[in-house]
Amino acid sequence: MDITEERSQTWRADLRSAMKAKERTDIKRVHMPELDATYRSHSRLEEVNLGLTAEMAIQEAKRCIDCASPTCMLGCPVGVYIPKFVKQIEIGDFLGAAKTLKETSALPAVCGRVCPQEKQCEAQCIHVKMKKEAVAIGHLERFAADFERESGNISIPEVAPSNGLKIAVVGSGPAGLSFAGDMAKRGYKVIVFEALHEIGGVLKYGIPEFRLPNNIVDVEIENLRSMGVEFINNCIIGKTITIEDLKEDGFVGVFVGSGAGLPRFMNIKGENLVGVMSSNEYLTRVNLMDAASPDSDTPVLLGKDVAIIGGGNTAMDSVRTARRLGADRAMIVYRRSEEEMPARLEEVKHAKEEGIEFMTLRNPIEFIGNEQGRVTHMVLQVMELGEPDASGRRSPIEVPGRTETVEVDEVVVSVGVSPNPLIPQSVIGLEVTKWGTVVVDETTMQSAIPMIFAGGDIVRGGATVILAMGDGRKAAAAMHEWILNQ
Amino acid sequence: MNRIVSKEFFSENVIKFEVEAPLIAKSRKAGHFVMVRVGEKGERIPLTIADADLQKGTITLVIQKMGVSSSKICALNEGDFITDLVGPLGKATHIENFGTVICACGGVGTAPMLPIVAALKKAGNKVISVIAARTKDLIILEDQMREFSDELIVMTDDGSYGNKGLVTNGVEQVINREKVDLCVTIGPAIMMKFVSLLTKKYEVPTLASLNTIMVDGTGMCGACRVSVGGKTKFVCVDGPEFNAHEVDFDEMLMRLGGYKEIEREDMAKMECASGAVK
Ligand SMILES: Cc1cc2nc3c(=O)[nH]c(=O)nc-3n(C[C@H](O)[C@H](O)[C@H](O)COP(=O)(O)OP(=O)(O)OC[C@H]3O[C@@H](n4cnc5c(N)ncnc54)[C@H](O)[C@@H]3O)c2cc1C
Ligand SMILES: Cc1cc2nc3c(=O)[nH]c(=O)nc-3n(C[C@H](O)[C@H](O)[C@H](O)COP(=O)(O)OP(=O)(O)OC[C@H]3O[C@@H](n4cnc5c(N)ncnc54)[C@H](O)[C@@H]3O)c2cc1C
Ligand code: SF4
Ligand code: SF4
Ligand code: FES
Repeated sequence: MDITEERSQTWRADLRSAMKAKERTDIKRVHMPELDATYRSHSRLEEVNLGLTAEMAIQEAKRCIDCASPTCMLGCPVGVYIPKFVKQIEIGDFLGAAKTLKETSALPAVCGRVCPQEKQCEAQCIHVKMKKEAVAIGHLERFAADFERESGNISIPEVAPSNGLKIAVVGSGPAGLSFAGDMAKRGYKVIVFEALHEIGGVLKYGIPEFRLPNNIVDVEIENLRSMGVEFINNCIIGKTITIEDLKEDGFVGVFVGSGAGLPRFMNIKGENLVGVMSSNEYLTRVNLMDAASPDSDTPVLLGKDVAIIGGGNTAMDSVRTARRLGADRAMIVYRRSEEEMPARLEEVKHAKEEGIEFMTLRNPIEFIGNEQGRVTHMVLQVMELGEPDASGRRSPIEVPGRTETVEVDEVVVSVGVSPNPLIPQSVIGLEVTKWGTVVVDETTMQSAIPMIFAGGDIVRGGATVILAMGDGRKAAAAMHEWILNQ
Repeated sequence: MNRIVSKEFFSENVIKFEVEAPLIAKSRKAGHFVMVRVGEKGERIPLTIADADLQKGTITLVIQKMGVSSSKICALNEGDFITDLVGPLGKATHIENFGTVICACGGVGTAPMLPIVAALKKAGNKVISVIAARTKDLIILEDQMREFSDELIVMTDDGSYGNKGLVTNGVEQVINREKVDLCVTIGPAIMMKFVSLLTKKYEVPTLASLNTIMVDGTGMCGACRVSVGGKTKFVCVDGPEFNAHEVDFDEMLMRLGGYKEIEREDMAKMECASGAVK
């Protein structure tokens, strides 16, 4: 059934005529209940957003006018069938809504929480064109997925009978997980190899629990296990075993979802002082190694005056973590203005409520340390905005002679990551760009080596969960096709 | 996976383990290391692969008790399992026939040196090994080192065994005696710093295997970074061996001290806890 046919089904038509469009658009957007800001700025593990109640979700679903050409779907990188699942929520068919979501998204509970909706689906909602607040698609997506999980009635997708073919997945981030699920459905034996001791990629070691609880990711991983997907941790493809070994072992296809794991630094004076670290190090210590718990053997420095350099999601996660670990002053230092910040709007709002200081139009040029080599100060260059650059954002330029020196005892550098070089370095014949990303055919995600497909941050060089997941799905469909044609 | 098949004490605080890890045993080369974690709350720490047995599918680790994590591993026994073990990591040592090579090691640095000495010897080098320790009891792997070395010089700080003096005294003695083409050094950072200063004076090319603090060991975090020739390098992926004359050892020493206070507290806590059990 295509979208138009579905839309003309009686239940949908009845629902539309039950309430005038004007009435629907007049309803005010739901407000996500959240933990009190003062309380949560000291609570490291509790999720900030509490989720909608069923009543709230139904009320919010009513706001959607079930457009004939739903522009919201154009904003979603995987084309989630938005009006359908929203209308299913409106009639109280929450499990049905979850099922609809799963037709296109492998991880709806995750995407509902971390997608930059205001730039994607919600940005294209008709409400925005009418100068009203968009339908809270992300909140509703989370609601349906959470409802299904909590109901204990998770629908495990049907798995085709085994076709006896083995497929290897490199990396267990969202790209690898969604690929694995789709191939398992098609009857392949899928084995996921993960370098770390935990499965989940950035969802585990990067994004903190106050934004994405680990158990949500674990449930998804369990679902994949029950579909027959096998996970092998502590195994680095290219080191422990090579792609050649996999081939010899009878694997007929390999999907590389190895992510963008290489932190960038700024190469400025004092950057190697004690107390200056990458956000990957900081978040890995706290999230993956649980370093802030007294019973963890991994240490983490607890700063009182902590500066985070950068304006993306990683920076927001780091600064809010620092605050939760007891920083009196937790600061964002960003070289452009707030308007240009790449972080999700919600993270910026939450950070502000939690007492994070925003020092925008500031760029660090030096870190100063004491005799023990511990950082004590940062020197900031004051910036102003110039003409828009290639990315369309106004580029920051230095204000000559204006610098500030600020006391800090910990600095987290969060100025971006580069693709993980392990696979590109260890596979001969793989085509790689000068940025180190793997070159693939955009429609099939196939690399220069036919049996190797790739997706997610290793191809995009740093993107989003939903894009990584979409790549995984695209690659699965294309690899299946490719194998059939062999 | 990762079952300990044998445990042997080199000294009270230096222990040799053979661990089942068939895939790593197959793919490892001299100079590689593994990341090891013991217990669900354990820390990931780097340990050099001192040897491997392809038939048995095992690798050999030699561990010195330092703080919490190394002590936890040392407390394991034959038949126990290591929670997580991943590798081989780092770049393998570049081996060729250089001519005459001094291998200068201190303390537990002898363990990671052993496979390098063996590989250098196999490649046709004249290998002169200098092993040093504070006192006689801390000298490890003497026989094994002797087997692959053309000459073995033992140095102890207190003169309780071999020659009295530091590792640098032993190295200088050789350099003054004959032409040396390469020096490889592994040991405490402070020792490597002084070996490096010495060989720089005599213009002997030198490789140092750096033992910085690590978290993931795969190039993801940057905790292991050091300045080499004025550029920031990640020891776990760009190393662990570097041109010693370009390494900023003072910065490395400073960074090694970064978690000292927290580690001391943790160690005290662990000792208290084990005291309570006794
Ligand atoms: C702190 C932080 C916050 C973020 N917040 C958001 C957000 O709010 N919304 C959003 O949409 N996006 C966010 N992102 C970005 C998003 O997480 C990534 O785009 C996404 O995770 C990429 O997925 P991936 O599957 O490509 O790779 P990853 O999630 O990076 O997973 C790759 C995995 O592969 C493993 N691996 C690498 N090499 C090998 C190898 N050789 N062998 C075996 N395993 C290997 C790695 O250990 C890792 O587990 C955030 C990122 C970070 C770091
Ligand atoms: C590539 C590499 C290979 C290594 N190979 C071996 C090996 O084969 N055998 C072995 O015994 N050790 C080896 N080490 C060192 C080992 O990893 C550390 O001794 C260990 O991490 C200490 O952990 P801990 O919790 O027991 O002690 P901690 O409590 O972390 O530290 C105790 C004391 O040791 C210092 N310290 C911490 N980390 C290091 C370090 N990496 N090197 C030197 N001093 C440190 C601390 O400042 C502190 O004073 C290697 C290190 C690297 C980087
Ligand atoms: S997956 Fe993300 S972009 Fe797509 S509908 Fe859901 S929240 Fe919006
Ligand atoms: S654009 Fe907005 S109102 Fe229209 S279908 Fe999508 S969510 Fe509903
Ligand atoms: S240990 Fe993390 S990058 Fe080297």
